[in-house]
Amino acid sequence: MNTNDLILQTATKIVSFIILLFSLHIFFAGHYNPGGGFVGGLLTSGAIVLLLLAYDIKTVANILPFDYRIMIAVGLLFAIGTGAGSLIFNVPFLTHAFGDFTLPILGKTSLHTAVLFDIGVYLVVVGATMTIIQTIGESE
Amino acid sequence: MSVLHFAIIAPLLLGLFIPLLHKKLPGLHTGWFVLILPAVLFIYFLRLIPKMNNKGAIQETLNWIPSLGINFTAYVDGLGLLFALLITGIGSLVVLYSIFYLSKEKENLGSFYVYLLMFMGAMLGVVLSDNLIVLYAFWELTSFSSFLLIGFWYERERSRYGAQKSMLITVFGGLAMLGGFLLLHIMTGSFSVREIIALSGEISSDPLFITALVLVLLGAFTKSAQFPFHIWLPDAMEAPTPVSAYLHSATMVKAGIYIVARMSPIFAEQATWFWLVGGIGLLTLLWGSFNAVKQTDLKAILAFSTVSQLGLIMSLLGVGAAALHFTELDNNIYMAATVAAVFHLINHATFKGSLFMVAGIVDHETGTRDIRKLGGLMQVMPITFTIALIGTFSMAGLPPFNGFLSKEMFLESMVDVLSLNIFQLSTWGVLFPIIAWIASVFTFIYSMILFFKTFTGKYKPENLPQKPHEAPIGMLISPVVLAALVIAFGLFPNVLSTSIIEPAAASIMPGLIDAGLAFDVNISFWHGFTPALFMTIGIILIGILLYTTLPKWKKIYGLLPKKFTLNNIYDNGLIRTESGSKQATNLYMTGSIRTYMLYIFIAFIGILGFTLVKKNAFIIDTSDVAPIGLYEIVLTLIIVAASLTILMAKSRLTSIIALGAIGYTVALFFLLFRAPDLVLTQLVIETISVALFLLCFYHLPKLNRKEERMKFKLTNAIVAAGVGIVVTLIALSAHSTKIFDSIAQYYIDNTAEKAAGGNMVNVILVDFRGFDTMFEIAVLGIAALGIYGMVRLRLSRRKSE
Repeated sequence: MNTNDLILQTATKIVSFIILLFSLHIFFAGHYNPGGGFVGGLLTSGAIVLLLLAYDIKTVANILPFDYRIMIAVGLLFAIGTGAGSLIFNVPFLTHAFGDFTLPILGKTSLHTAVLFDIGVYLVVVGATMTIIQTIGESE
Repeated sequence: MSVLHFAIIAPLLLGLFIPLLHKKLPGLHTGWFVLILPAVLFIYFLRLIPKMNNKGAIQETLNWIPSLGINFTAYVDGLGLLFALLITGIGSLVVLYSIFYLSKEKENLGSFYVYLLMFMGAMLGVVLSDNLIVLYAFWELTSFSSFLLIGFWYERERSRYGAQKSMLITVFGGLAMLGGFLLLHIMTGSFSVREIIALSGEISSDPLFITALVLVLLGAFTKSAQFPFHIWLPDAMEAPTPVSAYLHSATMVKAGIYIVARMSPIFAEQATWFWLVGGIGLLTLLWGSFNAVKQTDLKAILAFSTVSQLGLIMSLLGVGAAALHFTELDNNIYMAATVAAVFHLINHATFKGSLFMVAGIVDHETGTRDIRKLGGLMQVMPITFTIALIGTFSMAGLPPFNGFLSKEMFLESMVDVLSLNIFQLSTWGVLFPIIAWIASVFTFIYSMILFFKTFTGKYKPENLPQKPHEAPIGMLISPVVLAALVIAFGLFPNVLSTSIIEPAAASIMPGLIDAGLAFDVNISFWHGFTPALFMTIGIILIGILLYTTLPKWKKIYGLLPKKFTLNNIYDNGLIRTESGSKQATNLYMTGSIRTYMLYIFIAFIGILGFTLVKKNAFIIDTSDVAPIGLYEIVLTLIIVAASLTILMAKSRLTSIIALGAIGYTVALFFLLFRAPDLVLTQLVIETISVALFLLCFYHLPKLNRKEERMKFKLTNAIVAAGVGIVVTLIALSAHSTKIFDSIAQYYIDNTAEKAAGGNMVNVILVDFRGFDTMFEIAVLGIAALGIYGMVRLRLSRRKSE
C-alpha cells in the first residue's frame, strides 16, 4: 500500500521552522529567561526528528548534511575552549567575561562568553540525540 | 657501604652476571665462576674470627629507611660468624660438587647458579642482620630461592609438589614471624635485635610478649622442619642433590635454629619458651628418627634424619635456656646444653653434608637411590664407602667421630634436666632423657640401615639401571673434605672451642656472660663413667639387637592408618580449602543479577538502618514545613496510582505508559515548585525516554512476549519496602536537622551583578558551576558514541555471518 503523507509533509515544512526558531529563541533567552543550551538543543533535535518522521533518513541527510558525531566533538571543543581561553588572561579555568559592545547591525549588545560555552552544550545535545536516534533508526 | 655489607650481598651481585657468563662462555662449566666467591668469602669470614674475638662484635650500619628505623645493620658476633662460615664453607664445597654432579649439556646451569647464589646471599643476610625487618626480608628470600631450587626440574610433577609444599609452609611461618617481629617493635619501639635484647627485661610482662614469642617460634619451627611442620622437608628431596646437601641439611633448615638461638636472650627466661623449644625439639627428634627407619629411599632417610637432628639441636637450645635461672651456680651445668647445641650444629653440617653427597654419588653412579635395590657397593666404590662409613657412624654417635662427642654432651644435658627444679620439671623432666635415649636408638638403627644396606650385602648389578663404578675424583673432593672434618673435629674438638663455639654460645646467652660466668668449653672423649656413657653403651647394644631383628618389628609402621598421617592431613587440608572456598564462592556468587541486587540493597538497609538506630539519628521536626496544597495532593495521588500500575500491570506497554505518566507528573511538580527550566527539560527527556522504551518493547523477542503479571516474591517485597522506609526516614531526619543556612543567597545576590544574567539556574549551570556542565555534556557525548558503537560494531554477528 502506498501511503500518502502529503498533509504531514506540508505541515512539517512549516512547523519544523517554527520549532527551530523557537529552539533558537529558547537558546538565546537562556541567560535571562528559562531555557538555555540544553533545552534549545533538545528542541532543535525535536525539529529534526519531525523531519525524520515526515521524510526518510536519506532525504533528511541531504537536507541537513551534518555528521552528528563530529558535532559532538565540536561542541565539546567549544566548551573546553571557552574554559581554556580564560587561562590566557591569567584567570582560573572557566572564568567568564562579559561586556557591552556596539556592533554594526545590532547596535549596542551585551556579549557574554557564557554563550560560547552554551553553544558547546547546544551542539553536544543536538549531536548526541541525533546520533542516538539515527543509529537506532538505521539499525535493522 | 662497608666491606662487610659488600660480602653479604656479593652473592646476589654475582648472580646478576651468571646468565651472561653462562651464555658467553658455554665451553666452561658455569660453576667454576661461582666457586670463587664462596671460597673468597669463607676466607674473609675466617679472618674475622680473631678480630671479632678481640672486639666482641663487629657492627656496620647502612641506612635504608632511617625514618622507620629500618637500616641494614650488619652485626657479626660468634653466632652469626659460625653460621656465615657454615654457609660459605659448605657453599664452596657444594658448588664444587655440583660442577661434577650437574651436566653442562643437559641442565640449565644459568638458572641453577643464580638461584643458588640468591640463596647464599639471602642466608648470609639472615644470619648477619641485626635489624629484624632486614632479617625478615632475607628470610623470605631464602624461602623463595629454596622454592626455585626445589622446583629446579620443574617438568617433574613431584618437584612442583615439593616446591609448593615447602613454599606454603615456610612462608606461613615467615609471615607469623613477621607478626612476632612487629609485636616486638610495638613493645620496644626498635627493630634492632641488640636494643630489644637490652629491653627484654622490661617487656617480659607485656601482654603481647607471649604472643610475640609463639609467633617467632612458629617461623623458626616451620623453617627448621620441626614437628608438625617437618612434612615439607622429605618432599623437598626432589631437588638436585647438591641443593639437598646445602639447603636441606646444612644451611636453610638451620635458619630456624639460628632464630631460636638469636632470640634466646629475649625470650628464654619464659617457661613457655623452655617447654615449646625443648618439648617440640624432643618430639621432632623422636618422630624424625622413628620415621627415618621405615624409609627406603636414601634421601628420604637423610631427610627424616635431618628432621630428627634439628629436633635434637632445638631441644638442646630449649634446655640451655634453663641455665638462665641458675646464674648463682658457680659451675653452671646447664650452660653445657648450649655448648652442645652449637657443637652439634657444626657436626651435623659436616656429616650430613657429606652423607647427602654420598647419596648423590650413589644415585649418579647406579641410577637409583632405593636401598632395596642397592647393596654390596663396598668393592665397587671404595672411597664413597669410606666417606659413608665416617658419616653414618658419626651420625649414629660412635667414637671416634664428632657425632659421638656431641651425642654424649646431648645425653649429659638431658640427664641434667632431672636435677632442675623449675617448671614442674622434677616430675615431668624424667621424660627428657628417656625420649632422648629412645630417639638415639632409632638414630643408630637408621644410620646402620643407611650404611649397611647400601654398601654391604649381596651385590646385585642386575637390579641397577646403570653399571656402577667409582665416582669421578671431582665429585669426591667435597665429601672427602667434609669427612675429614668429621674426623678432625672428632679427634681434636678443642680447636673449635675457643675460636668458634665459645663466642657462639656466648652470643646465645649473653646474660650469663654478664653475670660473670664463662663458657668453659672442654670437650674430651673420656669423661669418666657418667650416666651418658652407659646410655651410649645401651644405645649401641639395643640398636644392634633391633637392627638385626628389623624385619620382625617393622610391621608397627603399618599401625598408624594412612588417614592420620600428617602428609595426608596436609594434602586433604589443601583440597578441602580449595573445594571449600569454591563451594563458598559458588554459594553466594550465583551469577544472577537479582541476587546481587538483593545483597546490595540488604547491605544498604542494614548499614543505614543500623546507623540510624545506633546513633539515635531519627528526628522529625515539622516547624519549617510548607503547607500542603490541593495540587500537591492530586499530583501525589497520580504518582502513587501510576506506580502501583507499573507493579500490577499485566502488559509491559501499560507499565511504560504509566512510567511516562509519572515523568510528566514530575514535570508538573517542577512547575508547581517553580522550576521552569526543569519543567522544559523533564518534558522533553521524558518523551524521548518513553519513545526509547517503546522501541525496546517493540523489539522484544516473540518467544518471551507472554503477557503476565510480575510474580510476587516476599523477599523482594520486604527488601523494597525496607529500602523505601530507610530512605524516607533518612530524608525526614535530614530535613529536620539543618545545621547550616543554605548558600543560595549568594547566587541570588550575584547572578545579575557578577555574571550579568537573569536566569539563575542557567547562570549556575554555565558560569558558577560550569565545570560540572562541561563533564555532563562529555557524559552525553560518550553515551551517544557508546550507542553508536554498540549498534554498529557487532563483531560477533559479522563473524557468524
